[in-house]
Amino acid sequence: MSATPPGTARLRVESATIGYDKRIISEHLSVAIPDESFTVVVGPNACGKSTLLRSLSRLRKPSAGQVVLDGADINSYKTKEVARRVGLLPQTSIAPDGITVADLVARGRYPHQGFIRQWTGDDEQAVLRAMRQTSVADLSGRLVDELSGGQRQRVWVAMALAQHTDIMLLDEPTTFLDITHQIELMELFTDLHHAGHTLVAVLHDLNHAARYGTHLIAMKDGAVVAEGSPDEVVTAELVEEVFGLRCLVVPDPVAGSPQVVPLGRERTPRRSADKVDVESARNG
Amino acid sequence: MPRPRRRLLGLLVVLVVLAVLLMLSVMIGSTAIAPSVVWDALFHSSADTDQFAIRDFRLPRTVVGLVVGAALGLSGALIQALTRNPLADPGVLGVHAGASFAVTVAVGLLGVRDVQGYMWFAFAGALIVTLLVLAFGSTRQGSSPVVMVLAGVCVGAVLGGFREALQLTDPDAFDAMRNWNAGSIAGRPLEVVWPVLPFFAVALVLAFVVSGPLNALALGDELAVAQGVRLVRTRVLAVIALTLLAGGATAIAGPIGFVGLMVPHVARWIVGPDQRWIFAYSALLAPSLLLVSDILGRVVTRPGEIPVGIVTAFVGAPVLVALVRRKKSSGL
Amino acid sequence: MNTHIPPVDFGRRMLVLRRRRIAVRLQWRSVVVCAVLAVVIAGAAVLALMTGSYALGPGQVLAALTGRETGIVHDIVVEWRLPRVAAALMFGAALGVSGAVFQSLLRNPLADPGIVGFSQGSYTGALIVILVVNGSYAQLVGGALLGGMVTAVAVYVLAYRRGVQGFRLIIVGIGVSAMLGSLNTWLILKADLDQAMSAAAWGVGSLNGVSWNQVAIGGACIAGLLLLAGVLGRPMRQLELGDDAAASQGVRVSPARLGLILVGVALTATVTAASGPIAFISLVAPQIGRRLTRTAGITLAPAAFVGALLCLVSDYLAQHIAPTPLPVGIITVILGGGYLGYLLFTEARRRL
Repeated sequence: MSATPPGTARLRVESATIGYDKRIISEHLSVAIPDESFTVVVGPNACGKSTLLRSLSRLRKPSAGQVVLDGADINSYKTKEVARRVGLLPQTSIAPDGITVADLVARGRYPHQGFIRQWTGDDEQAVLRAMRQTSVADLSGRLVDELSGGQRQRVWVAMALAQHTDIMLLDEPTTFLDITHQIELMELFTDLHHAGHTLVAVLHDLNHAARYGTHLIAMKDGAVVAEGSPDEVVTAELVEEVFGLRCLVVPDPVAGSPQVVPLGRERTPRRSADKVDVESARNG
Repeated sequence: MPRPRRRLLGLLVVLVVLAVLLMLSVMIGSTAIAPSVVWDALFHSSADTDQFAIRDFRLPRTVVGLVVGAALGLSGALIQALTRNPLADPGVLGVHAGASFAVTVAVGLLGVRDVQGYMWFAFAGALIVTLLVLAFGSTRQGSSPVVMVLAGVCVGAVLGGFREALQLTDPDAFDAMRNWNAGSIAGRPLEVVWPVLPFFAVALVLAFVVSGPLNALALGDELAVAQGVRLVRTRVLAVIALTLLAGGATAIAGPIGFVGLMVPHVARWIVGPDQRWIFAYSALLAPSLLLVSDILGRVVTRPGEIPVGIVTAFVGAPVLVALVRRKKSSGL
Repeated sequence: MNTHIPPVDFGRRMLVLRRRRIAVRLQWRSVVVCAVLAVVIAGAAVLALMTGSYALGPGQVLAALTGRETGIVHDIVVEWRLPRVAAALMFGAALGVSGAVFQSLLRNPLADPGIVGFSQGSYTGALIVILVVNGSYAQLVGGALLGGMVTAVAVYVLAYRRGVQGFRLIIVGIGVSAMLGSLNTWLILKADLDQAMSAAAWGVGSLNGVSWNQVAIGGACIAGLLLLAGVLGRPMRQLELGDDAAASQGVRVSPARLGLILVGVALTATVTAASGPIAFISLVAPQIGRRLTRTAGITLAPAAFVGALLCLVSDYLAQHIAPTPLPVGIITVILGGGYLGYLLFTEARRRL
């Protein structure tokens, strides 16, 4: 759990109002990202979780309040300085035609480069390390267009890693991947977390959030409804409150983390062993 | 209002508007002529100068406007149905470039100098180039709207280059072409119209034949086939019809843009998605638009005139911009 | 140097230069292609200096260029033919880079300042000055620039709807261009024949009668702008990854994009001011450059070299292919339109 008191976290939002044009998404939003946590933001569609991530990465400036990075307003830094501390894996990125894996990963070095210093030994090492960590080193010379979806997403993660930031923001990193690749990627994030990175991810899958996250933030209608450890946040009551979904929360038989099982409409479970739990959940 | 009644009532309104515009087109000009004189000119001819102006200038001009407009409108409706592309316009697809190029060749290299002479070159050029662009812009899955527009642009650019080269080395050709290129229904004797009418008649029949299958085609190639539409036959017939119409219209009047683009939209807006009704409405609305534009061109810089092709571009371009700004069509 | 680091496999041969504060990574293929292009350009330039009503040998040309010839040969080469060749090279390079900037920004191989209406707009401006105001050369330049800029801004604004989407921009550009084209037709129609013909020749883009004066002024502007483009080239490369990715890597997206658009339009504007709108080089050069070097995305240097070569060769053809010299723009339109067609066939249809 977070050992960081909210007021001292390296990255936090302080009573910010965030929105697009005239549409306000969040008002007086305060969120602290515990240092060295794997924070996962969950919530229904359009609850403001991506917007929160965008303001944490300075892509969206709050119209009131501020985002604080290392004790100062994030907008008071030079853009490249922010980019050396906070990295982002955007929801949609575009690979230029005919780019190779190594070339794409190398583009992540931008904030560390200058007009005449474009490829130092540090750059080279950072790119190699990022590719090894994400197991795309073997694909190094391949064209990104030719890769599978899972491989491609790992390349994008490698690019964000090459940026060499302590804090990494991940906007729905597993969307559009099949289940194997989702798990692979989540485990990769766990490894990165263990290697000392602070991660903030927006995820749709509550079970992934509960299994891999160390700190969960549940949002609804632009406000934080609950935050804390997966055990504290993922409860049947909260899931119903946030998502409007009636469900049963059981321990994940493998990891022991809370797992959400939707009740749905089906009356009779196919296996009688589970019946007791479901019945009691419906009644209680 | 229920759609069938709305369609019939609308048709009546459109016909009345067209009749009024035909009348106005004959009356309005450098000198305004009273309706009674128009009546006399038509039915009790005498040697009056006003009657002369009507019989020899305004009446042919109005008839040309009617025929050319109907052809442009119908060809626009056809091409939009065929390509499922609300931005398709025969002008964009190389009809103008082809006709213009052929006429330049006729003027510059072969020394042809009168409107009747241009006509056949324009017709042939338009037919060949439109077919070229359609072939060029079609993919195996059908035709991608944007590719087709761009194919038209690039064929137009290449032909335009050759045309400019001819024109800039030959002042006579330049002079003749700057008139023709503006697109006008003025100064065309009725003798220019008659030879094209048989082609239009054929095209009209073809349009009628394919209107049903095109309705099915609107749902996508696969569904259309499932409903028993013969894809290739429908496409080929529609292409022949629209090329004859647009080519013929351009042969008579020179390049007039945007009429074929705008009118089917208005028609769709009134009658809904049924192609048969869209065709009928387009064929009636387009001459109205052309005549209004022509009358405007006569009035705005009186006693000078702005050729109708320039007026339609000024009315049409904003409509095109509005169309792509609308969400639906910008998803192209 | 740095042999202890296992080199990253980029799938392509790389040339890494590191000396003190300089650390640059280039693609071998790009370097070789640019060098070859430079040699070909030099050869074409000598050929252009040799050819004309007074034919010269390569030896005479080189001698004249190095100051070892005097008299008529010197005058022909240095005073008459060289400005034109220099203009073709510089303007071509400028157009190539301008197109590269637009294509990279819009992530679209069909984008160029001409397609967003700049050319038609500048033609309209020039026509109004020539035919209506009957203004001086300076006014013509001013009118053309104003017309082009206003049109480009108008197209951009009209296509803007929660951001500018590539195809919407192109279609709006086509619409606005068609409207202005109509206006131009009408202006030409109203003018007397001689004026109309000279205006039309300007409108196609021509290097006829380019003077050292124009070359010097235009060249200075272009050199400055190319340098700016070079500096902005790095943010431009990051922008190709998408706005969010670029921003998170420390690119200031809006200023960078605005700067790039301004540089791109200014490059085209400079060329237009000196020679009229020369079409299609800006469209074609970046794509040819990309295919030759096989780089990822659009790169500026190959586009500049290809643009310069294309413009020089087109002007050579325009001068010598027909009995009377043609404007260079006619050749570029024909070559460029044909290439655009090829592009549609191969790429656009696959992607759309």
